[in-house]
Amino acid sequence: MSSPAPSFTPVPAHVPAHVRPFQSSWLARAGWLLLFIYLVYAMASLDFSWTRFVAGLEHGAKFISRMFPPDFTRWDLLVKGMAESLQMAVLASFIGVIISLPLGLLAARNLMPGFITWPVRVIIIACRSYNPVIVAIVAVKAVGFGALAGIIALTVASVGFVAKLFAEAIEEISMKQIEAVRATGASFGGVVIFGVLPQVMFRFIGFAAYETDANLRNSTLVGIVGAGGIGGTLFAAFQRFDYDFVFAIVLTIIALIMLGELLQIGVKKVFRQ
Amino acid sequence: MGTPENPVREWQRFTLTEKLGRFTVYFAIVAAVAWAAHSVEIIEEFIWDAPAQVADMGKRMWPIAWDYFKPGILNPLLETLNIAAVSTLLGILMAVPVGFLAARNATPNKFINMVARLILVATRSVNTLLWALFFVAVFGPGALAGTLAIAFHSIGFIGKLFSEAVEDAQKGSLEALSAAGASPLQLIQYGYWPQVKPTFWAIALFRWDINVRESAVLGLVGAGGLGMALDTAINLFQWDRVALVLVTIFAVVIVAEVIVTQIRKKLI
Repeated sequence: MSSPAPSFTPVPAHVPAHVRPFQSSWLARAGWLLLFIYLVYAMASLDFSWTRFVAGLEHGAKFISRMFPPDFTRWDLLVKGMAESLQMAVLASFIGVIISLPLGLLAARNLMPGFITWPVRVIIIACRSYNPVIVAIVAVKAVGFGALAGIIALTVASVGFVAKLFAEAIEEISMKQIEAVRATGASFGGVVIFGVLPQVMFRFIGFAAYETDANLRNSTLVGIVGAGGIGGTLFAAFQRFDYDFVFAIVLTIIALIMLGELLQIGVKKVFRQ
Repeated sequence: MGTPENPVREWQRFTLTEKLGRFTVYFAIVAAVAWAAHSVEIIEEFIWDAPAQVADMGKRMWPIAWDYFKPGILNPLLETLNIAAVSTLLGILMAVPVGFLAARNATPNKFINMVARLILVATRSVNTLLWALFFVAVFGPGALAGTLAIAFHSIGFIGKLFSEAVEDAQKGSLEALSAAGASPLQLIQYGYWPQVKPTFWAIALFRWDINVRESAVLGLVGAGGLGMALDTAINLFQWDRVALVLVTIFAVVIVAEVIVTQIRKKLI
């Protein structure tokens, strides 16, 4: 007894023969072509050349050989700079989060009327569009060289980031709880404390931890323009061609950043995110 | 009412370990802030002087030197945009292979996974400005150094997100393809690529947006673009030109964000 040969069609019958699943459309092709032309133009304008590249490789090899071994003999400078960076990051995150709480609330479109959210949103966007190093330049002019300028720059960056995410988190909350709290006759403060905050607090802690991590990274940089921290030491060592000390500083910065990332993960785990 | 033999169990929101963990975090935050506020070096005279300095700066910035845009800002602006585009492309070209090597399902080899992950973490940990310092020392000042700096810093970001997208890919079509005898390249082309395509474009756009911002800063260490114009203006105390650069950066960042949101709406 033999069963009949199994008969099956490789393509389901309802798919018309001319449909080809992996073919791209003409519009997409035109887009690709435009992108390609632009990239060729951009590369040409950046003055890439093979001779420069080869010469660069030679410089690079020399540079790297001078970085080894990393020179930790001036560890007192290193520790002092790192401590200042850390202080700036901690204070900027703290102040930034405190400012972001009310700003985020004011920017949430489901709780506030348009004439309040718009100006607040513009402030938040302005804070976010400048890199902390650029804000640091202006801050150095305003409050002089040192940690204060760095704290101001990092705080501005924190507000731009945390307030935006906080506003978005508030806009995603469920309005049922808000209505329930309102129905009990609660004041606006009561609605915020018992209706809004319980819904967003956990996410908010996540944002704050992330921002602290980001501030830790940036606090090692703003010193390049004179705003305190290890960046100033790094830039000075660079300009004096002390590449072995530069390497020691960079290694320390990387260690600090990895530590910050671990801390961030730890905090999120504690708050079950 | 509970009795000694049968006590009423009180409802608690968090277990003891959870409470301890939270308390540790709160305590650490308070301790860190207190330490930082206590030991940070701030010169008080500078704070009291700040309002006068800010007013002075505002006065010098106004009126903004609009007529300087064409001779002094337009070219650096174009350079900034070109740096952003090319560095995103280079970053993607370097990050995608590393991302595939870091994904545990695409590369079932623990050692290669670890090396690839190390590359991703290391490139991400070194900030763009540090990369820029390095490449300026290697290739000399200019846009090339800036482009490579952003490209190398982007590897970690793009590669990490990309490898996560690859790891999230559904097994079904992949197994079907390998059962049909697809080569590894065909597996990537017809199995992984269609699945990670939306995420890939989202990552690329997001990174381009970030790179536009970053390329505006790089000039401060001599790596080309708007930052170079900013640095020159600041060193010469031409605050009206500084204001012009700041306004330009703001406009570019807003336009880039609008473009990204529009494309994302269409694509994804």
